[in-house]
Amino acid sequence: MKFLCVDCDQRMVFEERQLPGDGTLAVAFRCPACGRTVALLTNPWETQLVSSLGVIIGGRTVPEQPMELTRTTTEGGREGAFADAEPGEERRDSTPGGAPARVTWDDRATQRLANVPSFVRGMVKRIYADYALERGIAVITPEVMDAARSDLGLEGM
Amino acid sequence: MTRRIRTYRELSGEDRSGIVAQVVAQQDRVRERLRAVRHTVAVMSGKGGVGKSFVTALLAAALAEAGKRVGVLDADLQGPTAARMLGVGREPLAVRDDDVVPPEGARGVRVISSDLLLAEGAPLKWKEPGEARFVWRGTLEAGMLREFLADVAWGELDLLLVDLPPGTDRLTTLMELLPGLTGVLAVTIPSDASLRAVARSLQLAREGRIRILGIVENMANYRCAHCGAQGPLMTGDAADRLAAEAAAPVLARLPFDPAVQAAVDGGRIGEPADPAFAALAAALLARVEGA
Repeated sequence: MKFLCVDCDQRMVFEERQLPGDGTLAVAFRCPACGRTVALLTNPWETQLVSSLGVIIGGRTVPEQPMELTRTTTEGGREGAFADAEPGEERRDSTPGGAPARVTWDDRATQRLANVPSFVRGMVKRIYADYALERGIAVITPEVMDAARSDLGLEGM
Repeated sequence: MTRRIRTYRELSGEDRSGIVAQVVAQQDRVRERLRAVRHTVAVMSGKGGVGKSFVTALLAAALAEAGKRVGVLDADLQGPTAARMLGVGREPLAVRDDDVVPPEGARGVRVISSDLLLAEGAPLKWKEPGEARFVWRGTLEAGMLREFLADVAWGELDLLLVDLPPGTDRLTTLMELLPGLTGVLAVTIPSDASLRAVARSLQLAREGRIRILGIVENMANYRCAHCGAQGPLMTGDAADRLAAEAAAPVLARLPFDPAVQAAVDGGRIGEPADPAFAALAAALLARVEGA
């Protein structure tokens, strides 16, 4: 999907994507010539038709997680069906021979994470932890989670 | 006068979403994951109740008993049974950075099934949006099947058996996801009703240029659990007629044996060992190795 500013005959550039959490999607594009901004708004059906393919509208911001589509779309997944490797277990920092890099979660972030359904909790935890590790953040707080959601376009998680 | 608007193809550069590229990447991931799998065989029927999963589970165990590295992918997402037949428990699936580790069942057979993901007795359902879910249900099921292929750490396998549900739809999906499918094994019972249903699936396989490895006649007769004597169970010659039509051999005629069935239901597959399945395993190996 591409957007063209007809008046300027210029291809519009991506500005931002928002997932309000109600199944709809908003993606804003701006004309680099005249500055006009338009938003693509999809209804839940249109959003679902594309996301059912396991693809991300607007492009991927984080690598595809194992069984991501299954875990995010199955209703009533079994409690404890997955045992996700603790974030940091399989990662090493960039220093030569470096020790496993880890992040810790403060109490408020832990509480917030506990509200995520267990079927996807481990996957969501890993995405946040990767975000923190890549930015050298040692402690995950709700503010870090908010920043990750915004930066990675995870409003639906 | 209507002004001319440039078309999608006339605007240079990829679109940001790259939907096609994402789908292609998914397909590449399936191919990459299965690179270490020598043969992928779909066990199908087209008709329900002929014992596909039962045959799949016992065949997998027999292949493993013969020293082969075997995996079973339960593609019957709505009615999964293969995992428990192979004695897989309900332990959590270990998720690593890039994959999910499949649990091992009887004889070390690696298994993935929606049964391992669903709460006890819960049907497979999908989230969002509430109405007319039929529009995307098939797409989501295909997505789950794709992830079972691409995201499971199958490792090196001699054979991956894919246990298909009744009907022809999932075979089509599998053929599209897996161009390198070694072939199909068709399970039937002797009856005419089974003949007609299985024939449709075989026709679909032929149209997709999928090799028909053979026909398995299940419940070919009845074997007494006490004395081993065999007697008739049902009438019909579906296996022979399907084999003739498909120009493929009947690889096995399996008796219905209550003792074997009870052992499988009890998670004690292969106790007692059934020589009929060892023979089927040998016949299938001969066919795939000759591919």
